[in-house]
Amino acid sequence: MTILGQLALWTALLVGLWAAVVGFSGRWHGRPELALSVTRSVYALFAVLVVAAISLWKGLIVHDFNIEYVSSYTSRNLPGYFIFSAFWAGQKGSLLFWAIVLSMFAAVAQWLTPARYRALMPYVAAVTSTVTSFFITVMLFAANPFARMHFTPPDGQGLNPQLQNIGMVIHPPMLYLGYISITIPFAFAIAALLSRRVDAGWLVAIRKWTLMSWLFLSIGITLGMWWAYVELGWGGYWAWDPVENASLLPWLTMSAFLHSVMIQEKRGMLKRWNMSLIIGSFLLSIFGTFITRSGVIASVHSFTQSSVGYFFLGFLIAAGVLSFTLLYTRWERLEPDSQLESMVSREAAFLFNNLLFVGIAFSVLWGTLFPILSEAVRGTKIAVGPPFFNKVNVPLGLLLLGLTGIGPLIAWRKASTANLKRQFAGPVATGLAVLALLLASGMRNFYALMSLALAGFVAGTLTQEFARGTRARARMYAESIPIAFGRLVARNRRRYGGYLVHLAMLLYFVAFTGYAFKTETEATLRPGDTATLKSAFGHTYTFTHMGVSQFEQLNRVVTQASVQVSKNGKSIGVVNSEKRQHFSEPAPGVREKSFEPSTEVGIRYNLQEDLYIVYAGSVDGTEEAVYRFTLNPLVVWVWIGCLVLIVGALVTMWPGGVVSGPVRRGQAGYEVQLAGTGQ
Amino acid sequence: MTRRRAFLAGFGGALVAGGLRAQQAGPDQDQTGALRDPGAAGRPHERISERDNAEFITAVEKRMHCTCGCGLDIYTCRTTDFTCSFSPVLHQEVLALNDEGKSADDIVTAFVAKYGEKVLMAPKPVGFNIAGYVVPGLVILLVGGIMFAILKRRTRVLAAAQAEAPVAPPMPAGASHAVVGAPPASQAELERLTREMQEFDQ
Repeated sequence: MTILGQLALWTALLVGLWAAVVGFSGRWHGRPELALSVTRSVYALFAVLVVAAISLWKGLIVHDFNIEYVSSYTSRNLPGYFIFSAFWAGQKGSLLFWAIVLSMFAAVAQWLTPARYRALMPYVAAVTSTVTSFFITVMLFAANPFARMHFTPPDGQGLNPQLQNIGMVIHPPMLYLGYISITIPFAFAIAALLSRRVDAGWLVAIRKWTLMSWLFLSIGITLGMWWAYVELGWGGYWAWDPVENASLLPWLTMSAFLHSVMIQEKRGMLKRWNMSLIIGSFLLSIFGTFITRSGVIASVHSFTQSSVGYFFLGFLIAAGVLSFTLLYTRWERLEPDSQLESMVSREAAFLFNNLLFVGIAFSVLWGTLFPILSEAVRGTKIAVGPPFFNKVNVPLGLLLLGLTGIGPLIAWRKASTANLKRQFAGPVATGLAVLALLLASGMRNFYALMSLALAGFVAGTLTQEFARGTRARARMYAESIPIAFGRLVARNRRRYGGYLVHLAMLLYFVAFTGYAFKTETEATLRPGDTATLKSAFGHTYTFTHMGVSQFEQLNRVVTQASVQVSKNGKSIGVVNSEKRQHFSEPAPGVREKSFEPSTEVGIRYNLQEDLYIVYAGSVDGTEEAVYRFTLNPLVVWVWIGCLVLIVGALVTMWPGGVVSGPVRRGQAGYEVQLAGTGQ
Repeated sequence: MTRRRAFLAGFGGALVAGGLRAQQAGPDQDQTGALRDPGAAGRPHERISERDNAEFITAVEKRMHCTCGCGLDIYTCRTTDFTCSFSPVLHQEVLALNDEGKSADDIVTAFVAKYGEKVLMAPKPVGFNIAGYVVPGLVILLVGGIMFAILKRRTRVLAAAQAEAPVAPPMPAGASHAVVGAPPASQAELERLTREMQEFDQ
């Protein structure tokens, strides 16, 4: 199968290059058969890469340990679903995964894009095929997943235990889907520039792609946080690691784009800015891949250092120079259709929201690269950790949270003072009430107070928006409140889906704030001994060590420590934490320990605070156990926030929702009143 | 029969009691049982002392990176990565410096002298490092300021141009809507305007 895989990769490279060369050359102009050939090449590229992927999966499934990749990331006793996910566990497999998913997106884009964008599609095919060909080139010349070894080991080295988690089965693909799908909007942007069709048409064509890409990135990032939380055992979910930062960068610029694109659609403004954001997001996705795979910045997430970094650096520079040069040559064509009419308008709020999104992206990038810069300037190695990023980014994040509440309250074009008073009174009062309550309850942490008060303000804004819309609709159509609410959302999906995403962001911020109040302690306990810990909410938890048991499970020996937990003197159950010693079986009856023992955290989720129990180990090989107990306030709201975000994004993306005639006129609260009509 | 039962009960009871005593009197274990496979439970762990958990010690350790390359601070690493051989040693160094009566800042300074500046979780805001802290904020302020100034000027110019625009002539016949200051529009145009304004805010 490796020969087939190799052959498929070489064929894919040729097909990809054909599509790229013909697509970019423009020779398809007036030659429909060439345009068709470019499109068909995109489908063929996908089909050939599917063959390559099947070849690798076959090698993984049949334990062909002569393939270096299979030997490095699997073993005979690895559970089936981890054999499946081993496809993207290593550098080489993940490059193939990237290439196949990109070719799939490219094929879907060619297939589903309406015919009115026909003139753009060969260019789109050329861009996607160029990027895919680049990944295939990297595989063929620097990281071949089908490379064979000179010998066949009896068993593979197995998968790192920390990757043997359901989070790692779905987190990397989600993140990759986000990174990869950015290529499609980028391809449309380049196609619009090349074809000089820079009106809002290409924006409409990519609307769903950008949302989907942003959604995948959001889910991928949150799943990564969840994996870190349940698997790494340090009690947190975000460490400002360079690779984490790299995933955040395109998310921030895409978020900025999702807001600014509305201004272009409605007012014909910010055309250059939107082009820059899409190009920048694509480059940042490649930059993230470069950081992860080059080893240029130390990170626990990085793949092994290899020469692929140079490929990515070269591609990054070439893509950046070519894209921005192209943008420069079309600069005059991207004149705005209208001007900002007032500084107190939704357009202005969006502009400042964009400034903050991009500013935070710059700040994260700056912090990530600052060690390199410092070493270059001073010759001294430094490290930039969470305290630095928190100090710089928390105030910016709070400003952004504030704008989340301000934006929807300001009218488009120009807001009057009376309008502002009417709109802001409720949300501001809510924010102040939350602040007063927190102060009265004794909270004195400035940033936590600001964060929660602003969250109150945003909650006030969202509630007001939903309530006013629902009430107006119920009044106008004599509908019951639930029906009016449902129809309001269903018929203004983009607007109210967006508000749900804002609600999700609010939940994320509340959860992040809770992290400032985590409490922890370590204890050595014999069976029957207890330790106590007081939480930020004032509860007293008592942990009673029950004992340690050992048993075999799948491909590991599990040492499980059990703790009986009481909250304010009342038992709430038993929490188990484990050490897992994985082993391989190179031959029947032969068992070898593989990797160091890994830790499985015991977590009891709660809306208020999570119990997070880590069994650190035993004293002198006995049941006397060392534990770390952590109480993490509000963490669960990160995961709930992600679910709300998914719902919001799906509502926004859901097809339809546009209605006509009288129903449209009745879209509550936004009817235009013209003098003399009484309407 | 009764005597035999009594004997067996007594013998059994003695055996159980003996067994229990034997279990309780295990070598330095009291009631703590031994693990069947201690190697599978990770590296043998030392007992945690009050000092290990002391607020001062954990606070100092949270200011410095573990040198194993994990990116975590010393406290988090030593209580998380139980395979790390660096963080326990660093912890002992912190304890030793504390024993010498050093303050938190003195301990951090001693670590920087020994391991270099990269041991700090965040660089000290001195010299070139200040740029690390202030550049993002300054750039945002600068760009925001310039943006604000340009937009303010443009909106003022636009407002002035609109103010100088000629007053609308009387409504043409057939137009049923009047908007103050608006150019004349037909019924169809006004309906289209109404429709588009409704779409505008969706």
